Amino acid sequence: MAAKKRTPILRIPAVQTLLASLVCILLGLVVGYIALLLINPAGAWEAITDIVKNFWTYSNSRAQMKYLGNTLVKAAPLLMCSLSVLFAYKVGLFNIGAAGQYVAGAGAGLYCALALGLPWWVCMIAAALAGALLGCLSGMLKAYRNVNEVISGIMLNWIALYTINSLLNVVKDTASPYTVVLSKTNPSAVIPSMGLGALFTNNKYVTIAIPLAIIIAVAIWVLLEKTKLGYELKATGLNRNAARYCGMREKYNTILTMGIAGALAGLGAAMFFLSGFEEWSVTQSSVPAMGFNGIAAAFLGGLNPIGAIFSSFFIQHITNGGAYVDMKMYSSQISDFISSVIIYLCGFVLFFKYCLNRWLNHRDEAALRKEGDK
Amino acid sequence: MENQYAIEMLGITKRFPGIIANDNITLQLKKGEIHALLGENGAGKSTLMSVLFGLYQPEAGVIKKDGQEVAIRNPNDATALGIGMVHQHFKLVECFTVLDNIIMGVEPNRFGFLQKKEARRKVKELSERYGLHVDPDAKIEDITVGMQQRTEILKMLYRDNEILIFDEPTAVLTPQEIDELMQIMRNLAAEGKSILFISHKLAEIMAVADRCSVLRKGKYIGTVETKNTTMEELSAMMVGRNVNFHVEKVEKTPGDVVLKVENMTVASRVHKNNAVRGVSFEVRAGEIVCIAGIDGNGQTELVYGLTGLEPVTEGKVTLKGTDITKAPIRSRNTMGMSHIPEDRHKHGLVLDYTLEDNIVLQRYFEPEFTRGGFLRRKNIRGYAERLIEQYDVRSGQGAVTSARSMSGGNQQKAIVAREIDRDPELLIAVQPTRGLDVGAIEYIHRQIVAERDAGKAVLLVSLEMDEVMDVSDRILVMYEGEIVGQLDPRTTTAEEMGLYMAGAKREEM
Ligand SMILES: Nc1ncnc2c1ncn2[C@@H]1O[C@H](COP(=O)(O)OP(=O)(O)OP(=O)(O)O)[C@@H](O)[C@H]1O
Ligand SMILES: [Mg+2]
Repeated sequence: MAAKKRTPILRIPAVQTLLASLVCILLGLVVGYIALLLINPAGAWEAITDIVKNFWTYSNSRAQMKYLGNTLVKAAPLLMCSLSVLFAYKVGLFNIGAAGQYVAGAGAGLYCALALGLPWWVCMIAAALAGALLGCLSGMLKAYRNVNEVISGIMLNWIALYTINSLLNVVKDTASPYTVVLSKTNPSAVIPSMGLGALFTNNKYVTIAIPLAIIIAVAIWVLLEKTKLGYELKATGLNRNAARYCGMREKYNTILTMGIAGALAGLGAAMFFLSGFEEWSVTQSSVPAMGFNGIAAAFLGGLNPIGAIFSSFFIQHITNGGAYVDMKMYSSQISDFISSVIIYLCGFVLFFKYCLNRWLNHRDEAALRKEGDK
Repeated sequence: MENQYAIEMLGITKRFPGIIANDNITLQLKKGEIHALLGENGAGKSTLMSVLFGLYQPEAGVIKKDGQEVAIRNPNDATALGIGMVHQHFKLVECFTVLDNIIMGVEPNRFGFLQKKEARRKVKELSERYGLHVDPDAKIEDITVGMQQRTEILKMLYRDNEILIFDEPTAVLTPQEIDELMQIMRNLAAEGKSILFISHKLAEIMAVADRCSVLRKGKYIGTVETKNTTMEELSAMMVGRNVNFHVEKVEKTPGDVVLKVENMTVASRVHKNNAVRGVSFEVRAGEIVCIAGIDGNGQTELVYGLTGLEPVTEGKVTLKGTDITKAPIRSRNTMGMSHIPEDRHKHGLVLDYTLEDNIVLQRYFEPEFTRGGFLRRKNIRGYAERLIEQYDVRSGQGAVTSARSMSGGNQQKAIVAREIDRDPELLIAVQPTRGLDVGAIEYIHRQIVAERDAGKAVLLVSLEMDEVMDVSDRILVMYEGEIVGQLDPRTTTAEEMGLYMAGAKREEM
């Protein structure tokens, strides 16, 4: 056998993903900047730097930490949603239903907390189960009736939204469309902070949900890469026929995968709403973007659970940063617009990876050809 | 002087990670000749043809067409130069019909509207002229491998290509079809088309090719005129030693019944009728029973029924006394049923898994490879490396090679190794030596006979006359979903078997 050569740095998959992700981010910023220029050239540069800076716009470090905390509070559920998407994706399923599973989790978690007065951990389990239930539904439709999970996912998103809206009506505040405040109604349902909040200038919304989400990301990586179940699930995703041939229960695996994916998204919702950061509005008529952003975070992270930790943080960072754009120069939708442009371009990671590989191959071939000519 | 070569490939070098697939290879194809390419599994034949077809860019070397140097950067360039290729593993769109696949890329249209009628006429005419029977409206995913092959050939003929590359076209055809294909190839060559033809079957090469070039481990060994050589010489050139074409086997009395099939009926996926109709037979310990027949007479579905890939609609299947008619696939496998599947890419491999992960595909859940839910990577690597060594599975990077990048024959060897090494009670082998070189066939046949000698039951499904005659202890001929005859390989002749296979003769069973 030929002597083992070191893989060139640019050929290492992790490096490639990182590079491709950075290219996407940069491109997103450039396109966002051009859009701002077109709308109002005067404030464009300031606006784009505000978005990138997010909490760094504050000069004092105490405020910076506090607002970093706010980004983290929302990054945790985003990470969970992106895990949900990438887990299903590894098994060959596109879980666009993560959004609905997130809604189901929010509903179950808040209902258990506000209507039943249960402690936080029970509420979290309930949220995970509700998400899992919805996921299994998609999985079952796929396994037994061959209904595309994208179609059933989108429909279930809406079913979940309106079901949860009416369910949470019973714990609605009388004067507003929001559910009653969690920390007042049932303090035991607030996820404990365990001193974490103190690190972030007493940001009480920073809870153990954040480290928990990171631990779960690592666990998902282990599950996919090191375990028998991961081996089976990936085999099912890559070649259903071969999975069947060697006796894996491919229908069961499809349902299980969607169930796990749903549980992840549902749990993510609980991590957010049980921190007390926001209340649920029972009049909302669009599915929360968290689940959909999870798709972008999954791809930006190179479909790797560890990568997803960083990509989720980044996307949330940009989204939060949007709030700092000067509203006098731009309409209030601009922040959402810019972050969506960036998020949208994040989906191109695989494409840039492909381009990079093509370029490398061409370069290597050219080098070898030169050698051959000599 | 006029150039006598249609295609010249000079000094071609192509590397892959860990391997030089083509090392300074020269190949010259004369106009109107049939030129065979011979070499062991992984010798680099498919790679060389892919270079000619523009799928790979060589690191060194030039390609000339009619004496002019040409650049073939992609298959479109190749098509523009009149080069067509039938790949070893077909490139067909599974959910399209045969006709759609044939016209894809060159769809006849008027003002942008498809003119399928015209295309259908041409396809029909071609298929009649060359005896390539296909159903133009069947979907690819529903038809047999043999029919997919014929679709690929039609695709090339439809494009009026003048340089035709056949990468192991006969591996999936029946003896009659092979004879027909040989005739087609001779006709095409007589019409001035130049043909490159890869085959592991020396008899075919001797019968149809004018010249033969031999590759070994990526290197060019030489080119010989077939009329001045022998099969023995060719195989010695190819593997570097003499190959024994005959399977050595001692007489054995079969033992207990291992597999008992009673009145089994399996529905067909493609047609509305039943593909297997009330079939009954037994396979005993220590015997090799062979199912012979022309492709598409229910053999595939018979195996699907036995292995659980398709439900059995009627009848009963018993393995070592246990009724497995409705048993899940996993329990059949753990009860001692091994299955070398007909379609290695569809069922046999997870192409994007590594070689080692494919090797443990049937055993990954055993305590040796899994503890507490976690894979025991070290044991998997050790086991895979032992099998790779023992069965001489060649690849660029050993156990961690992606199965997709392996040569067809080596993919097959990996599957055979996996299934035989499980030491099964019943080995169901469907075309186990498809695409293997003569050396590997010799080895696999010996392994199958060794299983039988160790008291295992073997059910062999083969389309190849030689294999059927050489390896089996008992032959069952299938025709239109039924077993129409039982023959003894020691007393029967290929002609007699042919009559049964064609449905011209049958005995009441
Ligand atoms: N795309 C690829 N990437 C990496 N290695 C490859 C690739 N294609 C082929 N190889 C390697 O190159 C070698 C030659 O393969 P090739 O398919 O040309 O063999 P072959 O002569 O056609 O064999 P067979 O008779 O088994 O079809 C093999 O060792 C294979 O592992
Ligand atoms: Mg090949």
